[in-house]
Parts: sequence; structure tokens; C-alpha cells
Amino acid sequence: MHELSIVMSIVNIAEQQALDANASTIDEIELDIGTLCGIEMDALEFAWKQGIKKTILEHATKKINRIEAKAKCLDCNAEFNIQHYYDACPVCGEHFITILKGKELRIKSLIVS
Amino acid sequence: MCATCGCDSGNNEHHHHNENHDHNHDHSHEKKLIDVEKDVLYQNNLLAEKNRGYFEAKNILALNLVSSPGSGKTSLLEKTLVDLKNELLFAVIEGDQQTTNDADRIHATGTKVTQINTGKGCHLDSHMILHALQGMKPSENSVLFIENVGNLVCPAMFDLGEKERVVIISVTEGDDKPLKYPDMFYSSTLCIINKIDLLPYVPFSLDKVKENAKKINPHLEIMELSCTSGQGLQTWYNWLKSKVFIEETV
Repeated sequence: MHELSIVMSIVNIAEQQALDANASTIDEIELDIGTLCGIEMDALEFAWKQGIKKTILEHATKKINRIEAKAKCLDCNAEFNIQHYYDACPVCGEHFITILKGKELRIKSLIVS
Repeated sequence: MCATCGCDSGNNEHHHHNENHDHNHDHSHEKKLIDVEKDVLYQNNLLAEKNRGYFEAKNILALNLVSSPGSGKTSLLEKTLVDLKNELLFAVIEGDQQTTNDADRIHATGTKVTQINTGKGCHLDSHMILHALQGMKPSENSVLFIENVGNLVCPAMFDLGEKERVVIISVTEGDDKPLKYPDMFYSSTLCIINKIDLLPYVPFSLDKVKENAKKINPHLEIMELSCTSGQGLQTWYNWLKSKVFIEETV
């Protein structure tokens, strides 16, 4: 359940950002979460409900952009979407791939007032 | 207050989640968009970089040992610390939810050791390591083993500032483990397959586990050994010494 630590980190960053902007409430938080970043979305939802209680995010709307994972084959240079780390290159069948996208786990933006 | 990371040292209440922030100043109540674009783990990553700088400055080879519970991390350490005690200088940070059992085992080998109890926590983070380092002050030119909490999921996301991440699996686990826990195998640089003396008794294929691990991470180095029979230990010791040697020549 590292998702709870993740929610706590999000709360810390959001609180600091709101403080810096002289804002008292956060209306919306937008997150970028890649499909290979190691976050289980159900666990995140569960941890979110608990983790934001009595924090500045308690009444904020949460928007999540799921970023589809993309890889490049180091053998034939093909670029393709992947679902798993173990996916092979669809062109040449090799596993010698590098991940280009899908490891993101970041706060994109906040709407504060 | 801790000067390095700004936390109240030894006090877990330093995140202030439940405080109401009173603002004495006036501020407008218009909506405003803030482009944050910040990694959620940036605080952990920042402290990990601080640790990494500390290790580099003191020429310490820091290794993060990760595995499921019971794969033989502590046994491998005990064996290594005793066998190489005349050749390398060691220090150990032990991470467990509860007890000092593992630290006691390491202490018995005569090695400098610190135990971190994470309580309900499922992983070590760079903040815990930073404070452990402040307490234990590992010697220059030493090898620091950080034995993470036995868990193949959560510790994968948390950089501790280590030079190499070593994932250990034993042949009593399934040979599909790399596929089931890909994040850990993807983020590791070395994979040790332990307890190979038990191979005749278990349905575990060395070829299959290697193939699966390489599917996840084609760059992963793999070695097999047994702490009980001693088979393969020399390969591990040579790997360790080669890493220390590279550190010294840089």
C-alpha cells in the first residue's frame, strides 16, 4: 500500500503550492499518471479518500490523465504502445526495448482560490 | 529541527496535515490556475540525490537489497560480511516493520549496523536513510548494504540514493516472479537467484526465470548462488569487488 505515501506526498505538495499562491482552498487537482508508474488505481482511490481528510484537498475535484505507455525497440527503432514491461516489439519480436512514456507520476496543475 | 531536510528530527508529526493554515493577510477569492508540473515523489528523489552525493563524497558503495520476505537477504549478508571482512569495509542498514532481529544477526558478525523499523510502512524511503546515515556515519571507502523491507512491490518506487539495486529471489518462489512484480525487476541492476542447492527438490526452471527477467529488463545482470552450499558465492564477491574497484578509480 505505497499508494497512501503517494497521496501524502500529493497533499504536501498541494499544501505548499496553495500557501505560496496565498490561496485558501483548492478546487481542482490534475494528476498525470502513467500506466507503468507502479500505481494501482483502485488502491490510489482508496488511499485518496483516507489521505485527504481534513487537508486542503478534502473538497477538491480530482482529475486524472492516464498516460498510455510507449516504448521504442532498441533493435529496429520501431515505436509502439505497450501494456506491460514484458511486451515484445511488434515489428521484430525483440524484448530489447526502452520505455519512452508511461512512468509519469506528477501533479500537473491546481485550480485554487 | 534537522538542518539537512528541514524536518523535526525524530518526530513523525512534521507533515502538518491536520493543521488549519490561518492567513492573516487579505487574498482574493478568484480562481487561479497553477501549473505545478511536479513529480509526486520529488521530495523523496531530492533526498535520494542528497544521499547519493554523500555516498559519492565518501566513496561509499551503497546497495539497495530488495526481495520478497524469506528469500535469504540477511543470510546472504551474514555470509558476505564474514567471508570478506578482511578485504572490504562494511556497514548495514536493516529495514523491517518490527523487531531488531536482523540487526542483531548482522551485529553478531561484528559489522556496524542500524535498524530502521518502519512500523506499518511497507518500504524504506530516502528520508529514513538520511537520518540513519546521520546516526551511523559509515566509514569512507566502505560498502553500505541497505536491506529493504521484504516486499517486491512498494520499495520499487522509492530511490534511496543507492548506486545499484539488487533484487534477490530464491528457487522456492515461482520462476514467473519477474513477470508478476515487473517494477522491481525493471528498476534493478543485478538479480541474484538464491538457494540453488534446493533446485533438485522444487519445480523451478533457472532458464525460465532468466528469460522472464530479461523480458522485463534486458540490461539486468543475473547470477545464481547458494548461501548454504557456497556455490556461486565467488561470482557475487567478484561482482562486489569490481564495483568497489571502479569506485576507487573514478
